[in-house]
Amino acid sequence: MTNENRTTPQGSSLWKDARSRMAKNKFAMGGFWIIILMFSLCFIFAWFCTDPNEVNLTNKFAPSSVEHWFGTDALGRDLFARILYGGQVSILVGLIATAVSVAIGIVYGAISGFAGGRTDAVMMRIVDTLLAIPFLVLVIVLQATLSDWSGDATRWIVENFNWDKEFTGRLTNVIPLFFALGLLGWLTLSRIVRAQVMSIKEREFVEAAVALGYGKARILFRHIIPNVLGPTVVYSTLTVPGFIMYEAILSFLGLGVESPNSSWGVLIKEGSNFLETEVQLLLLPGLFFSLTLFSLNFLGDGLRDALDVKAAKD
Amino acid sequence: MSLLKIKNLKTYFHTRAGTNRAVDDISFSINKGEIVGVVGESGSGKSVTCHTLLGLLPQPPAKVEGGSVTFEGEELLTFSHSQLRKIRGKRISMIFQDPMSCLNPYLKILDQVIEPILIHENVSRQTAETRAIEIMKKVGIRDAESRAHSYPHEFSGGMRQRVMIAMALVTKPDLLLADEPTTALDVTVQARILKILHDLKDDLGVAVLFVTHDLGVVADIADRVVVMYRGKIVEQGKTRDIFEKPSHPYVKGLLACRPTLETQYRTLPTVDDFLKSEVGPDGSFILSERTDSQKRLIGLRQELTGENVDRVHSTTLLEVKALKVHFHSGGGFLGNPRSTIKAVDGVDLTIERGQTLGLVGESGCGKTTLGRAILRLQPSNSGTILYDKNELTTRNQSEMLEFRKRMQIIFQDPYASLNPRQTIEQTLTEPMLVHKIGSNHSERRDRIVSLLEEVGLGSNFLLRYPHEFSGGQRQRISVARALAVEPEFIVCDECVSAMDVSVQAQVLNLLRELQQKRNLTYLFISHDLSVVKFMSDNMIVMKNGQVMENGNAEEVYKNPRSAYTRELLDAIPKSTHYS
Repeated sequence: MTNENRTTPQGSSLWKDARSRMAKNKFAMGGFWIIILMFSLCFIFAWFCTDPNEVNLTNKFAPSSVEHWFGTDALGRDLFARILYGGQVSILVGLIATAVSVAIGIVYGAISGFAGGRTDAVMMRIVDTLLAIPFLVLVIVLQATLSDWSGDATRWIVENFNWDKEFTGRLTNVIPLFFALGLLGWLTLSRIVRAQVMSIKEREFVEAAVALGYGKARILFRHIIPNVLGPTVVYSTLTVPGFIMYEAILSFLGLGVESPNSSWGVLIKEGSNFLETEVQLLLLPGLFFSLTLFSLNFLGDGLRDALDVKAAKD
Repeated sequence: MSLLKIKNLKTYFHTRAGTNRAVDDISFSINKGEIVGVVGESGSGKSVTCHTLLGLLPQPPAKVEGGSVTFEGEELLTFSHSQLRKIRGKRISMIFQDPMSCLNPYLKILDQVIEPILIHENVSRQTAETRAIEIMKKVGIRDAESRAHSYPHEFSGGMRQRVMIAMALVTKPDLLLADEPTTALDVTVQARILKILHDLKDDLGVAVLFVTHDLGVVADIADRVVVMYRGKIVEQGKTRDIFEKPSHPYVKGLLACRPTLETQYRTLPTVDDFLKSEVGPDGSFILSERTDSQKRLIGLRQELTGENVDRVHSTTLLEVKALKVHFHSGGGFLGNPRSTIKAVDGVDLTIERGQTLGLVGESGCGKTTLGRAILRLQPSNSGTILYDKNELTTRNQSEMLEFRKRMQIIFQDPYASLNPRQTIEQTLTEPMLVHKIGSNHSERRDRIVSLLEEVGLGSNFLLRYPHEFSGGQRQRISVARALAVEPEFIVCDECVSAMDVSVQAQVLNLLRELQQKRNLTYLFISHDLSVVKFMSDNMIVMKNGQVMENGNAEEVYKNPRSAYTRELLDAIPKSTHYS
């Protein structure tokens, strides 16, 4: 035992131990800081940039200058501003879709695993059925259905609440995407949570809780779920880049975020039109996109190592 | 000339937390055809020694810091991987603790037993198979010709361990390293395996290095014993000498703290009664003998004579009649169950208030299921459970709530029985909140502190998490949690089985002490007859879900009525010859 000499009464929880292990992982910490940097660029620095949708046809394909750091695109719009605004959409898609899928996945998986028996069988067959439908097809259908609704919603909000039309339009354009991805992303997660819950359920401390007369809800929420959060956190950090990727694919296919709104997928698509002459239009958004994905994956890997119980022994 | 000679061997582990001197300057040797027992508790370095010999340790973190290991004059520590591979399995073989996980489930037994021959010798498959079947017969596998073609899952635990031994011996090695080969087995199976090892030694002339945590196991078969403690050898010598006149205080303590069928103590002596351990200026341990150890033992004996509590006025607390618990296996979502396992098949028992009922049986006999069924953690099929004149089998979980306060359980594995995400304070407060014990936070906190003191832990542990404690400490916390609701009846389900004997003695003493102080009633479940004998007033012996024998504990041991009980008693290693 390594802790015998420590006399401090304050204990170190498994989370705290994981944090200190994490801090020692250079790749994961590098990823973490790059993500922080991306965040501040896209969500803070972007407010001080020029309007990303301001068209200036006299100044198209401009090279990099003091005014336009990354130059301008085919319509003379500032590329740097467009990348940052696009990043807002891409990062938000990743985070919100993950949040939605984690919320549904944990509750659904935990109930299914904890209840067991027939309830479990029925709930899992529903998941099986949904998993049998190709993911992208389902997202496309859902996205198409929800987009019809988004036009009506924009009009309704603008009329009733007097919101800025352009802003509302941008919002209602991407919100269906968030939910389309999130509502389907929970399937795998719920299976992971279910498997975890089923193994934790057999542990003796849960049996001790039953013997002590604790109620079902208390056992599930205080004793089982906290013990499945580790693997869940790991899995969900690794799904964030997955969702960003899906958004890019959909936008590239013209089904996701619509111009003039930008996202990294939209920018890559636009850039690919000028691949032979203006390669920076593809490379620069691509660079931001890959860097973020790389960092998120490193962070996820680092978290997995830090939270892994086996690694916790040394 | 000795076969294997270990000299000043040092194996250290270099980790983030510092250097762990797992094996610290040890020397001993094994002669041809000799059985040497290496005995020590967990963390004593016995397994590390064994693994170092064959270069099986992960390096890093492990590093051999010095010393030499000579095997028939050759230095093993400087061998390359390919040189070691020629030795492993050919001249030095190894068998491991868990026979369940050591055989490849996808290969037939015969294919696994002939594999070492085919790797190390240039012989035909035909010859290899003949030799494999021959050795399988020698280790006592009946119908070896036909059974060789079955798969591991068709063999019982004891049979698998025989297969492992056959695999290890099929290449006619000079030395067999046996790392806790019988720890996972029942006593009767263990007795048979030990006999096989002993017979084979004479038959094949193989030397055996027998690593175990249980001094009793090696008493019967080892020629010499090496006792390790914290990486060092504290004593070595002829088995008889070690048992009859141990010189080191640690060994004395180890011999005394294990309850035997003849134990006269009411409270077990612990290693601490003999051994004083101090941390020296350089961080190493300085061990010395307590000067007052004899006086302490006399004190413990006196407790026995002084404690003649009158138990005439006892009343029945628990009465179980014709209890049956059946499990159905097979069958799917809509299918019908395919087979039925009768885990508990018509058991009757009664426990008097303030007494301990011991429940003994081998693995799979239904003893754990019975304990769980009594607490209604496991639904029963038929029969009645009368607790303080209340029928429990007809109650659902919410109607059981009032009894949850009165009946508690302590589990076997102290690592799994505490929620790793809760501090000790949270773990102990929760039962009080649920059962509305204590009116406010500070009152509950006071109660927790006194509970922890009662089980021998300080209150400065309150904010710690379970993983920061040793196994023995965790088991004390489990005991404290069970006591938090002020129960009268506790089921102890193999609650000391996973512990070293010295820790086991402390926990048993604690349970005893609490019983006297709080007038607790125990159902003490264990596979270890000596431990049950030490703890119990009355006892029952179970086999295949049925009671084979019941009665006063003393009586059952003196005059066992059923053949099965006699078999169990005979299987206990006879370390008691010596004392």
